[in-house]
Amino acid sequence: MADITELTVHRLNPMVDPGLHVWGWEIPVYLFLGGLVAGLMILTGVFLLRRRQARPRASWSLLSGLGIALLSLGMLALFLDLEHKAYVWRLYTTFQITSPMSWGAWILLLVYPALLASFLLRVPAALRRLFPVLQRASGWLRGRPGLVRWVAMLDVVFGTLLGIYTGILLSSLGARPLWNSALLGPLFLVSGLSSAAAFAHLVSRDHEESTLLVRADNGFLAAELVLFVLFFVGLLSATQVHIQAARLLLGGPFTAVFWVFVVGVGIVLPLALQLLAVRRRIAHTALAPVLVIAGGLALRFVLVYAGQMSHWR
Amino acid sequence: MARYGMVIDTTRCVGCMDCVVACKTENGVPDGYCRDWISEEARGTYPTVQLELRSERCNHCDRPPCVACCPTGASHVEEELGRIVLVAHDLCIGCKACLSSCPYDARFIHPEGYADKCTFCAHRVRKGLEPACVAVCPTRCMHFGDLDDPHSEVAQLLESRRHHALLAEAGTSPSIFYLT
Repeated sequence: MADITELTVHRLNPMVDPGLHVWGWEIPVYLFLGGLVAGLMILTGVFLLRRRQARPRASWSLLSGLGIALLSLGMLALFLDLEHKAYVWRLYTTFQITSPMSWGAWILLLVYPALLASFLLRVPAALRRLFPVLQRASGWLRGRPGLVRWVAMLDVVFGTLLGIYTGILLSSLGARPLWNSALLGPLFLVSGLSSAAAFAHLVSRDHEESTLLVRADNGFLAAELVLFVLFFVGLLSATQVHIQAARLLLGGPFTAVFWVFVVGVGIVLPLALQLLAVRRRIAHTALAPVLVIAGGLALRFVLVYAGQMSHWR
Repeated sequence: MARYGMVIDTTRCVGCMDCVVACKTENGVPDGYCRDWISEEARGTYPTVQLELRSERCNHCDRPPCVACCPTGASHVEEELGRIVLVAHDLCIGCKACLSSCPYDARFIHPEGYADKCTFCAHRVRKGLEPACVAVCPTRCMHFGDLDDPHSEVAQLLESRRHHALLAEAGTSPSIFYLT
């Protein structure tokens, strides 16, 4: 006769029972856009530090402007997720040192000026005509190479903070075993860098820069695969609840979507295509970068949805 | 400093849900939501199966993850009132991090948008009364008091009876104990 361990909970609170589902599409979309913009900032910073701003067709000058737009979209998604929207300003009347979300709120405030400063380095012509003040500010900034270097370094530092915090946000929520891995920070950062390199590849009109971005992306995608292996090693060598959480992706309900869309279509296939492209076996197309970006979005959806389903009892 | 907690005798609980009804009435908990509930846990091998009935709620943890993750300080420990964990409604933005952080799933979003949960009936405790669920229990299986006071009823029960807390392994240091 088999052992019985059966728990029946007489509670049916909306969003909590029968399984926790407090975060819908808004949070994965925000985490994806936050990671993507973090990657764009780091790429911009690195391009500026390598003094690539002289290249006329380079993508770097587009990345910050697009980054501002994408991050604002992400923050809109985050706002839409709030249940007590009229009180959102309460984020900025305090700093809670133990709360990654509080860190994130303040990091976002630092990110915008850094993005804006690198955007000012090359303002698009249409905007220059509309707002001559932007032209003057841009000229003033470009005349100060020391300051440009500072802007580049702030892009790298704040971009890294933004990319890591989106992972730490989940991993600090100890009640959800699937998220109990400090590797989520680096994983989300590398995934953000990979999506950003793919995005920059799509908008770049500079052939040499495109090749550089594809080579970098191949490195990021390979690093992502290694981080996934370590992520599973960590969970599978921990407690029973962590092993059960890992099984959500290893045989459980999220297995197909994780392995097909996140790993297969989002990492392995574009990595193979891009490896062939850099060896000049096939031509560079938009397919691989589009798959990388879609895979980055799928990663956030799978981890946010599956993580909420993981539990201690 | 006091640390308020509960000791619940599972050998006396009959799962009548009077505690649930009392809480909903006392605290005006909206329809379709509850701050406390009954759990039934069956363990063993037939025919020697043991059924434990438990009245459950927020554990008012000594290491509350909901307080640590709250970005505005809305979730807080009321130091002056036996370290009860409370939510300041006018600070809560409804981000739901606290709902995700609670291994007991003790929280929910009130229809008005803020995070809500058991308060140990803080408004009654301030007046020297017991929480409503404790006061109405027909089998007197629930006890409320200061866990840090060795002369309190709750501390004495923990001293003399076999007990366990829920998910102690989650590292939250819960303040509700179940006598077995």
